[in-house]
Amino acid sequence: MNHDEIRELLHAYADDELDVINALQIEQHLSACDECRRSEEQIRALREAMTEHTPGYRAPAHLRRNIRAALRREAKETHFSPWLVFATGAAFAAVLLGLILFQTVRGSRENAIVDQVVANHVRSLLATHLVDVASSDQHTVKPWFDGKIDFAPDVHDFAISGFPLVGGRLDYLDGKTVVALVYQRNKHPINVFIMPAIKTSETSPDSLSYRGYNVLSWTHREMNYWAVSDLNDTELRQFSSLLAH
Amino acid sequence: MPHLDAAYNLARFLMRNEQDAEDVVQEASLRAFRFFENFRGENSRAWFLKIVRNTSFTFLKKNRPAEMKVEFDEELHGGQSEMMDPRLEVDHSQDRQTVRAAIEQLPPEFREAITLRELEGASYKEIADVAGVPIGTVMSRLARARRQLQVILSKQT
Repeated sequence: MNHDEIRELLHAYADDELDVINALQIEQHLSACDECRRSEEQIRALREAMTEHTPGYRAPAHLRRNIRAALRREAKETHFSPWLVFATGAAFAAVLLGLILFQTVRGSRENAIVDQVVANHVRSLLATHLVDVASSDQHTVKPWFDGKIDFAPDVHDFAISGFPLVGGRLDYLDGKTVVALVYQRNKHPINVFIMPAIKTSETSPDSLSYRGYNVLSWTHREMNYWAVSDLNDTELRQFSSLLAH
Repeated sequence: MPHLDAAYNLARFLMRNEQDAEDVVQEASLRAFRFFENFRGENSRAWFLKIVRNTSFTFLKKNRPAEMKVEFDEELHGGQSEMMDPRLEVDHSQDRQTVRAAIEQLPPEFREAITLRELEGASYKEIADVAGVPIGTVMSRLARARRQLQVILSKQT
């Protein structure tokens, strides 16, 4: 990345929105470039000044009461018996509570990884730094990883099936350095993260959607695979079956 | 009622007065209640805040057209520098009111991005969902908002 590209990304860097590799490049540049280092310090100083003075507003108590009353009236207008009104309110509250719990308890390991997978995907697009090695040639991409990681991922180009290989890069997932392969389906980029599996039994793709992205995970030949894209579930599954041939 | 503080905070900065902020949040809560079935269960905070921001902007366009008269123009506002001015030092000795007033001087779209990012700790993706713009736009809005705040909050030398 050159000086101008770095300058563009300083806010994303200060906001912790970059992937590890881009962040490292920026750190290297900052140690050499006074102008960028000064800018980055100023962003941090401004952020500190804002959080230090906690300018946020809190909802006043009477607003809370008014809304509760309004929601009760709203429920009544649908001509339910008081019992049903209460039940509806309680159900609504329960669903919201469930959502909050869901958001909080998301800390379970599996979900934490999905969270990271999606975040890595978003960052790779955000930083317009999708790949470290840009090549549609599997014989260029695969050797690039030699010596950078302690496992050898399968790298294949699926251009014939409509999923051309774009390249690869190193990324960071669940505290480990992992392989990220990038494919493309029409305009949709697909990130595939590969790391050695702990449980080596083969599993078929398990799909879930998170923040609008589709994620598939499976285990194949002692490797864990995570495929993430804004592509629809059907095509992503089609793609995963190519990888798990 | 979850996310009510976040909702009120966003509305308060967008509307710039208590009464309108309360009206907007009340209206948005009713809408959220009515359209709850449309919620797809991904991020309830972003979903609710999106309703709050849409209600706020509708209100502003209808009741304060003068404020919203100049359509927000990414290109026009993008013409000015996104880069921090190396000569300006942010003054830390200012109080909460000054910081609030500084945020209120920004255009509504910048106020929204700064409030969500700095005061609610939202990710770029979340801000993009709430504002209905691409992540790249969020990044440049934040850059320009911070640049303007830097000028407003700098020590007068």
